[in-house]
Amino acid sequence: MEALDIARWQFGITTVYHFLMVPLTIGLGLLVAVLQTCWLRTGKAEYLRMTKFWGKLFLINFILGVATGIVQEFQFGLAWSEYSRFVGDVFGAPLAMEALLAFFLESTFLGLWIFGWKKLPAKIHLACLWIAVLGSVVSAYFILVANSWMQHPVGVEVINGRPQMVDAWAVFTNNTALVAFPHTIFGALAVAGGFLLGISWYHLWKRRQLGIDTVDEKKRVIVGESPEHPGRDKTDHKVWLRGLRIGAVVAMVAFAGTAISGDLQGKLMFEQQPMKMAAAEAACQNGTSFSVLSFGDVGSSNCNDVVAVIEVPGLLSFLAHGDFNTEVKGVSSLIPEYQAKYGSTLPNNPIYGDRAGQPIQYVPVMAVTYWGFRMMIGFGGLAAFAAFVALIIARKGTVPSSKWLMRLAVLGILAPFGANSAGWIFTELGRQPFVVAPNPQMDGIDPVFMFTAAAVSPGVSAAELIFSLVAFTAVYGVLLVVEVALLVKYIRGGVPSAMPELIEKKDSDQSQKDDDDVLAFAY
Amino acid sequence: METLPTIWFILIAVLWAGYLFLEGFDLGVGMLMKLFARENRERRVLLNTVGPVWDGNEVWLITAVGAMFAAFPRWYAALLSALYLPMILVLLGLIFRAVGFEYRGKVNSERWRSGWDWAIFGGSLISAFGVGTALVLTSTGLPLNANGDRVGGAFAWFNGYTLLGGAAVVLFCLIQALAFLALKTDGLLRARARRLFARWAPVALLPLLLWAVLVGVGGAKLIGWLAIAVAVLTAVAAVLAARRGREGWSFISLGVFLLAVVGSIFYNLYPRVLPSSLSASFDLTIQNASSSAYTLGLMSVIACFGVPLVLAYQGWTYWVFRKRISPASIPA
Ligand code: HDD
Ligand code: HEM
Ligand code: HEM
Repeated sequence: MEALDIARWQFGITTVYHFLMVPLTIGLGLLVAVLQTCWLRTGKAEYLRMTKFWGKLFLINFILGVATGIVQEFQFGLAWSEYSRFVGDVFGAPLAMEALLAFFLESTFLGLWIFGWKKLPAKIHLACLWIAVLGSVVSAYFILVANSWMQHPVGVEVINGRPQMVDAWAVFTNNTALVAFPHTIFGALAVAGGFLLGISWYHLWKRRQLGIDTVDEKKRVIVGESPEHPGRDKTDHKVWLRGLRIGAVVAMVAFAGTAISGDLQGKLMFEQQPMKMAAAEAACQNGTSFSVLSFGDVGSSNCNDVVAVIEVPGLLSFLAHGDFNTEVKGVSSLIPEYQAKYGSTLPNNPIYGDRAGQPIQYVPVMAVTYWGFRMMIGFGGLAAFAAFVALIIARKGTVPSSKWLMRLAVLGILAPFGANSAGWIFTELGRQPFVVAPNPQMDGIDPVFMFTAAAVSPGVSAAELIFSLVAFTAVYGVLLVVEVALLVKYIRGGVPSAMPELIEKKDSDQSQKDDDDVLAFAY
Repeated sequence: METLPTIWFILIAVLWAGYLFLEGFDLGVGMLMKLFARENRERRVLLNTVGPVWDGNEVWLITAVGAMFAAFPRWYAALLSALYLPMILVLLGLIFRAVGFEYRGKVNSERWRSGWDWAIFGGSLISAFGVGTALVLTSTGLPLNANGDRVGGAFAWFNGYTLLGGAAVVLFCLIQALAFLALKTDGLLRARARRLFARWAPVALLPLLLWAVLVGVGGAKLIGWLAIAVAVLTAVAAVLAARRGREGWSFISLGVFLLAVVGSIFYNLYPRVLPSSLSASFDLTIQNASSSAYTLGLMSVIACFGVPLVLAYQGWTYWVFRKRISPASIPA
């Protein structure tokens, strides 16, 4: 493999991996902050338990987000130095602001929250969590501004062959970013909702399994208590039932949110990156129908290989344009347009090495864009539908004793993760062959764009890249296993795994005295 | 227009100094997990001295690198791509360290803990060494061509300076951590940390001084030498204060020492940001590596608000967690 391909795999793998942790951090963080606020307002024990339990899982996940995020910050310079030189004037700014204005907030105030349980007054302690969580939301905004500029460059002029920022307001209010931001936040909430739902289901099921909860002849729950199972008291039942309901509602609302914002994104994509739109449809000819299922080789750039089996007439026009009869351009009519504007072969510039002069492949890998788009919507919709069903099933206060249903609920946790990854893979691969896609509305002589083939570090060898690709993949793989194992351990342990005081019944005077000196959440 | 690039040059130097000062002690504490702590309780004391703050400290690194990207994209691009392998090791080191801090206490098993102790130790060591390498080479030069790309293969960065800079930062972190532990722990640990500090600081700070001197010899500017003189004096003061049991003064002196060393290095480097060892005409300087005045101006406005705010709330964090920690404060 050549350096370029390895570098692309490396960026893809590390970024998709980072984005496994990110949505859970953002979504679960928001929910834990809400739960702790409820606790402070009502003083109800179940909210404290929920805060502690979900907070623990949040932290186990958070740390991997931090660890893999640092890699992201360095990557542009490591393997993509030409890219960094080209876009630095615009792209570096949101990245630096993210660190200064968001990461500091996130990390510092989370430290205060973790270690400040007994040191800080309750309201300030809660405020620390809110600040940390808002820090992660702000960080999402800044990084999406950076990414959106790659999808749709604005606010720049080309000076000495390089884009220079001339209008920061345009960069930071890029319409691409303004719709990607809510879409990503709702996507994160979808993940958190599914997480709450699946795990709470498991614990409700477990309580039935242990014979603690039973149902009467109308299938209504009879909440029990059992001295053999410390921590599984009546409050425990509330923890899980409420968790299930909150999770399900969040998952449904989040899906609605992604659908609305995603619809706006589709309209922008139609204007800004028409080729991505066509590739998302594997549409060779102009048309108005949205294909739900196509057969044949969607990876092929030969149109006749793709046969749409199920189509919804007019839906594609609606996605792209808001009505039912505007034609959306297919690949065949776009290729000549792109060639006329951006050339049909890579320029004879040493930057391109052996690739100079080769024809440019303007159609992204259609199998990825087509299925990526459908998996994003499909997994998201599936999760929302499952959440709705779960609410109905659990309306009488518990879940059925079926082991298979429980397994399904737990497995369902993965669906929103899949939707998120699919969304990014679709967005990023659909942008190819550009790393900075041209902005068709940019009038002027020097449209700003960059081919991915020109972006990689010229000085870095394929061997170095192979080394780092293998190292990151191996380390990330091991860490994923460790993280999941830890999460499973703490999930199985239930609330007491985050609140050992629930089972260690200490002499109350003694514990009062200890608690002042002893560190909360100590490492 | 050179004012803005100069301001950003200074700000980046400050960010690096801040990073070394703050993460210096938690990288050092990471290494001391194996070199200093004798049993699990002591290790947990060590971890908890940095527990609430290490992640915030690490963001200084992210901000320093992000600021280089925003203000001097060609510096960011050249330094990181030229030092590809060592920077990958730094990243892997930081990953292991971070995960180790958080996961070590999550399973109650001797093997699990010991494994993560090694991860924390190794991760801290490698990242301190790698950061030292990057900083020493940006001040002494790399074989870069006109485009700012490395010439000479994957190991072209390796030379005597590489080792000097790596060792200098590793040793500084260890000493900084001892000074910090003397300030943050109590009982036996505190006394041991203070003793070790007073004994080893004179040796451990030498490589850093040597680096500053070597960079100074090239530039030979008066203010640079003055800064080095200040560094020597404050190093002596730090040791003397530790001998007298004045841990606070010792820690502060060490901070001034670091500021003086980093100040002299960057002062002598100016206006270059990364010299090329192939030809002075390929040097990256604050003029040819910087972003446009517009971008720098925008970033300056942000920094004017952001930096004081960060200093304020991070300072508050240290105040909240000002209490000393001893094995007695660790729950069983
Ligand atoms: C939509 C959200 C989003 C996206 C697209 C990315 N990240 Fe991220 N990142 C976050 C949202 C986030 C976060 C939620 O704020 C994290 C996750 C866990 C955490 O600690 O903060 C984070 C952590 C995180 C950290 C560690 C911060 C710390 O130490 O506290 C760095 C340096 C980055 N990210 C950098 C990047 C870069 C350079 C990206 C682009 C390739 C990127 N992230 C994609
Ligand atoms: C976190 C969510 C993201 C995911 C999952 C993601 C996914 C990907 C994938 C799969 C690739 C490889 C495409 C290929 O093979 O060409 C890629 C490339 C890339 N992405 Fe993203 N991306 C994400 C966010 C971002 C952000 C926020 C930025 C910029 C700030 C970004 C910048 C890039 C760059 C520079 C490349 C390399 C060039 C290329 O191969 O296209 N990505 N990304
Ligand atoms: C009907 C539902 C949805 C529609 C119409 C939709 C639409 C879109 C579109 C058009 C894009 C590409 C934007 C571009 O490249 O310009 C996108 C990206 C993305 N989608 Fe969706 N989406 C939907 C549901 C979801 C769900 C349920 C999730 C996750 C749970 C999700 C996560 C993502 C992510 C992470 C991206 C990449 C980042 C971004 O551009 O915001 N989407 N979506």
